Amino acid sequence: MNVSQLAEKLGLEIYGGAKGLDQEITGGYTSDLLSDVMGHARAGSIWITLQTHKNVMAIASLKELAAVVIVKGYLPEEDMLEQSNIEGIPVLGTHEEAFEISGKTYKLLHKK
Amino acid sequence: MKTFRADLHIHTVLSPCGDLEMSPDVIVARALEMKLDIIGITDHNTTRQCRVTRKLGEKAGIAVLMGAEVTTKEEVHCLTFFETLEQLDDFQAYLDHHIPDIRNDVKRFGYQVAVDEHNDIVYTEERLLISALDEGIGQVEAKVHSLGGLFIPAHIDKPRFSLYGQLGFMPAGLQVDALEISPKTSPAQFLLLHPELRGIPLISSSDAHLPALIGTRVTCFEMEHPGFGELRKTILEKGRKNPKIIN
Repeated sequence: MNVSQLAEKLGLEIYGGAKGLDQEITGGYTSDLLSDVMGHARAGSIWITLQTHKNVMAIASLKELAAVVIVKGYLPEEDMLEQSNIEGIPVLGTHEEAFEISGKTYKLLHKK
Repeated sequence: MKTFRADLHIHTVLSPCGDLEMSPDVIVARALEMKLDIIGITDHNTTRQCRVTRKLGEKAGIAVLMGAEVTTKEEVHCLTFFETLEQLDDFQAYLDHHIPDIRNDVKRFGYQVAVDEHNDIVYTEERLLISALDEGIGQVEAKVHSLGGLFIPAHIDKPRFSLYGQLGFMPAGLQVDALEISPKTSPAQFLLLHPELRGIPLISSSDAHLPALIGTRVTCFEMEHPGFGELRKTILEKGRKNPKIIN
C-alpha cells in the first residue's frame, strides 16, 4: 500500500509533501520521542506522532520514512511543512488519537 | 577578574517536586554554606518564588538569577533568566497565558506553594506546573530573547525532557545562549559525543530539589562581579573560555 492509498482509506488530511504520496509503506512506528524514532524506526515506515516540530522532518528524511501522521488534529508548524515539501515526505493528519490510528494502520498493513 | 561559583538550576518549594524544606531562606543559607556566589531560581513554569529569594540573597551577599525552568510543547526543559522584575513579570504573564489549565493533585504531585521571607504561604498555584506549555521551543526562545533574557536548554544529555531526547538533535536556527549538562557527564565526555556543539558555552548545575543537593555541581565564571548583566556578557562574549565546571 502506498501513502496516498492509506490516506484515502483512513481519511487522513494531506498537509504537505505531495511528491511522496506514491511511496510504498512497509510498516509503522508510533512515538513522540524523536531520539527514540532516530534509533528505532525502520525505513519505509509511517511515523505516527503528536510532535509538530521541524526536526520531525529531518528525522523522517534521515530514516527514509514513508510519511508522518500527526494525531489529535494538531497542525504541523510552518517550517515543518516547508521541510516536508522540500523533502517530498508527506505530512498527514488525523483527529484521532495515536492509539486508534495506529491500530487502524496496523490492520490495513497486515491484511492478508 | 574574579572567579564566581554558580549553581544556576535550583527548585524551590513552589515546584511540586521541590522538597517542602526548599524555602528561600534555607536555599540562601545552604548557598552560603556551599560558598556559592550566584544561584539561579528555576521552578517549573513559574517565576513566583524569585522575588523573595533575590531579596534574601541580597542581604546575604548572594546574587540570585531570576527565571524558570520552562517545559516547551515538545517537553524540552529549558532554563530561562531575566534581569529586571519588569521582564520577569512579563515572562510570568506569558507563562500564565500558555500553561494548560490542568489542576494539581497535591497527593500525587506535591504542594505548589510560594512563601515569603517568614515562610508564610503567600500563593498556591492550582495549575499543575509540570505540564507543558502550548508554545514550541522556538517560540519560547524568541519570547525569552525579546525580553533580553538568557535561554539555556537544561540537562541536554538526559534521555528524557531534554532537547536531545525529545527533538533528537539541535534544531537549526535555535538561538541558545548556553547549554546545561547534567552532573552525570563532563564537558569533555559530552563534547566527544556531540562535537557539533563545540563553541557553545556549557554550564552544569545541581538541579537541586533538596537542600543537601544545592551546590553539589557548580559552574565557575570569571568576571568582574556577580549578577545577570555580567554573566550574560561573559556567556555571550566572543572567544571566551568555557566556564569551569566542578563537582
